Amino acid sequence: MTDPILVGLIIFVLASFIGFEVIHKVPPTLHTPLMSGSNAISGIAVIGALLLAGGGQTTLTVVLGVIATVLATINVVGGFLVTDRMLQMFKR
Amino acid sequence: MDWLTRTEELSYLGAAALFILGLKKLGSPATARQGNRLAALGMLIAIVVTLLDRQIISYTGILAAIGLGSVIGAIAAYKVEMTAMPQMVGLLNGFGGAASALVSIGEFCRLVAVGEPLSAGTLVTIILGVLIGGVTFTGSLVAFGKLQGLISGTPIIFPMQQAINLGLLVAFWVGGGLVWLDPSQLPIFWGLVAIASSLGVLFVLPIGGADMPVVISLLNSLSGLAASAAGFIVGNSMLIIAGALVGASGLILTQIMCKAMNRSLTNVLFSGFGSATPGNREVTAHATAKSVHTIDPEESAMMLGYAKSVVIVPGYGMAVAQAQHSVKELADQLERLGVDVKYAIHPVAGRMPGHMNVLLAEANVPYPQLKDMEEINPEFEHVDVALVIGANDVVNPAARTNPSSPVYGMPILDVDRARHTIVIKRSLNPGFAGIDNELFYKDKTLMLFGDAKEVLNQLIAEIKHL
Repeated sequence: MTDPILVGLIIFVLASFIGFEVIHKVPPTLHTPLMSGSNAISGIAVIGALLLAGGGQTTLTVVLGVIATVLATINVVGGFLVTDRMLQMFKR
Repeated sequence: MDWLTRTEELSYLGAAALFILGLKKLGSPATARQGNRLAALGMLIAIVVTLLDRQIISYTGILAAIGLGSVIGAIAAYKVEMTAMPQMVGLLNGFGGAASALVSIGEFCRLVAVGEPLSAGTLVTIILGVLIGGVTFTGSLVAFGKLQGLISGTPIIFPMQQAINLGLLVAFWVGGGLVWLDPSQLPIFWGLVAIASSLGVLFVLPIGGADMPVVISLLNSLSGLAASAAGFIVGNSMLIIAGALVGASGLILTQIMCKAMNRSLTNVLFSGFGSATPGNREVTAHATAKSVHTIDPEESAMMLGYAKSVVIVPGYGMAVAQAQHSVKELADQLERLGVDVKYAIHPVAGRMPGHMNVLLAEANVPYPQLKDMEEINPEFEHVDVALVIGANDVVNPAARTNPSSPVYGMPILDVDRARHTIVIKRSLNPGFAGIDNELFYKDKTLMLFGDAKEVLNQLIAEIKHL
């Protein structure tokens, strides 16, 4: 049980099931906000990008990390804000 | 494990819980906005905690990168037109995929630079991360180009397409094997990056405009999986969880979209559907010989104004003409005359899941007036006028009646069962599927030719006089 990849796989499979259960019954009205909101969550790669950019191992890894941080931040900030802008328009 | 690491791990767990809670709340219109904010809070916690990580020794580059990304993201989010939302989501998907791919690449370079031995498991996850992230990035860019009109929206097909794709995929895994044997061979690794990027382009090019809801959903799912792969590589369970959640959500939407077109995912991805085949053109030529009934705005206004019930069926044409506000104004005028107005939304109308709903919400249409296909179809028999605005294949009765039609079996909105159907359309050109629409030639169908927005404004002016 100490193999990190095995542990990761267990987490991955269980999280996928949670995802399916939680999102299963989203009404069509919310399909676009769900997509842009979950899209923003996929910007979580920013965590990996930060560790890479801040680690300072080689110039190459720092440059790759910084570019990844910019792209992931656009994804996160743009995704959450545009979703909020959309949802604010949904009125009864 | 010291207290700092422990705090970090617990914060990640909290952030993951906020993501799950946020996604759950995104499932109902009343709580959706709060859900999105909870997820954003989770993200903020995750980022702040990461910045405190001891691995990080230099902050200048990071803070500048975060600042730049935030400014670009915020400007894009506030400037984008609601009609351009599919492109926006496509592009953001691509950036997420690119970030994950870069993390995979960077981690590989780092491991090689410090001379750490690569286990088979680590290498497989790195290669998967490069593949999924690369395909998501370039695939999303092509989807963006198609939606923005930079690349032709019709499927781009060339000979040996599938063979080339398969060849590239095989080459990718062979290359992966070579990298495993000798990780110091950096050129081979960069070759893998190049192959993954080309695969993304080749995978989206042959897919046509109206199939974009499926492609966007699938790329959404892939961007999640790419983040998960990056999580395996850097050994961070937070990334794995968040990525898996997004992967699942994208896959659910992909399934819904495929079901709404009665086609399998493989059919959407590999059939080049909607490219004009000789057979289809023949049908079109044959059908144009038939006659249609036309109607002018004045008469249409009378029909609509004196109807008891009207169902508006919007399609991609409404988005192109940016006519959502005019649609709402027309509905307001009709309601003033006591007409019962509803909207019928087909799941794949437009270029992304829920596209029509967002546009009509922008125009202040209350969401309870928007009816799903299952809900509205039994009602059409009692509807006086069905008003089709820029929709085509999703209202083609051939899907019910003609087994030789390419759209046969696709669930459609039964507008032909209404007492009358008025179709606002630029011309008789066939829709995306490249086939003629039987609806236009029915006796009960009246064609109102012109640009959606102009025609609607004429209708509004006429109805004001009633």
